[in-house]
Amino acid sequence: MNEFFDFIMARVVPALNTGLWVSVQIIVPAALLGVAIGVTAGTLRVYGAKPLAKAMNFYVSLFRGTPLVVQLYFWYFALPYISIGGFNIVLSPMMASIVAFALCSGAYQSEYIRGGLLSIKKGQLTAAQALGFTPVRSVVSIVLPQAFRRALPGCGNEIIYLIKYSSLASIITVNELTGVGRGIAKATWKNTEVFMVVGVYYLILVTVASFILKQLENRLCIPGFDSNRSS
Amino acid sequence: MTAQTPLLRVENIVKHLGGHRILDDVSLNVPKGRLKVLIGPSGAGKSTFLQCVNFLLPPDEGKIFLEGREINGASKKELLGLRQHVGMIFQDFNLFDHLTALENVRIALIKVKRMQKREATERAMDELQRVGLVDKAGLYPAQLSGGQKQRVSVARALAMDPKLLLLDEPTSALDPELIGEVLAVIRELAKAGMTMIMATHQISFSASLADEFVFMEQGRIVERGAPSELLGKGRASRTQAFCAKLNELTGENAE
Repeated sequence: MNEFFDFIMARVVPALNTGLWVSVQIIVPAALLGVAIGVTAGTLRVYGAKPLAKAMNFYVSLFRGTPLVVQLYFWYFALPYISIGGFNIVLSPMMASIVAFALCSGAYQSEYIRGGLLSIKKGQLTAAQALGFTPVRSVVSIVLPQAFRRALPGCGNEIIYLIKYSSLASIITVNELTGVGRGIAKATWKNTEVFMVVGVYYLILVTVASFILKQLENRLCIPGFDSNRSS
Repeated sequence: MTAQTPLLRVENIVKHLGGHRILDDVSLNVPKGRLKVLIGPSGAGKSTFLQCVNFLLPPDEGKIFLEGREINGASKKELLGLRQHVGMIFQDFNLFDHLTALENVRIALIKVKRMQKREATERAMDELQRVGLVDKAGLYPAQLSGGQKQRVSVARALAMDPKLLLLDEPTSALDPELIGEVLAVIRELAKAGMTMIMATHQISFSASLADEFVFMEQGRIVERGAPSELLGKGRASRTQAFCAKLNELTGENAE
């Protein structure tokens, strides 16, 4: 038991701490970008002009319809071979991960946002227009703030997922939590011990994220949009 | 009818929705300071008519003049301008649920009229004062009664300084005991000379304020005239028959 504990403290924890930091550097920008993409895509899917709405629907079906691993491979391995106007874009493993996770997450987020938008009574849009709001302004000022509150629990759920699928970055050589864990496990043959600790790290990450999301929900909470109501 | 140009002139409006002719050649003049009351059974086209007046539903045919100027339905800019001059009150209030009463009244001042926040707040508080809701300024729609919500929506419309107010059954979604407070606000507006078109089933209330009852049925105006004229004893008007039926249902006494 003591030996196990020493091994964890001496070898696993210091390494995982560096991996944790890498994970956070992927998760935070990917989650924020994902929400931004989701809000934009979701809004365009509901209120956008036909061609834009269709383009966004296509984006969502493409990114929800293909495995994330394939998307990661695309951004990291395939993209450098595609010449765009004479340029070839080469993404670092970190950048490729952030791009892949943000776009994948955005596709799911747009679905939650779309649901939120559709739950807002149309009359408020009519009322805004009757007051002289332009259609764009009435969506941005009136409908979106409400839709976002309705969508928040779902959006938070997607962020929690993102934390866990960020582990896939390890397959394109990023030394984040899972990648570091796999390294130690391979070197020491202590798979069970190492991955148990890796699991605990993710659990902590998710717990912290849930706490932050809950704070955000409370902060945005207003009467009529109460997500804790018991009725 | 006086010789002055009416504030609003609606000429031969036709509107189709879902393959049905909802408005069939409707014309109406509203002189400044008058209250016209639209009555008639559901589906008569009253709401559609009101929404055509500010082009929330662009009419298929016909012309609309505000202060003698024809509204060009094709110009977005002109429509947004028109809507700032024409306030609208809805049956189910349509308050913005994420904003307090004060913010509901203030938001169009800031976002549409580009007023400074402080100035807009002052103006909004004045309007809340007018409808007797200063003490509810910080409450959200979910915390207000139906009657209070409708009064906030009146304040929201008035804050824009409308030349004309369209009221689409403003009391129909209210519990009976809450109707009075909204009617009181409307009465004050009528007395203050606000030009209004109101669709309503509150016959006896509006009879005392309206200049003209306009009875609509199946998309047409079938009868119009002063309330006393249409509801007078011994007259066999469509309006009277309709009102008798309404009274029977609500238990309201005609006299």
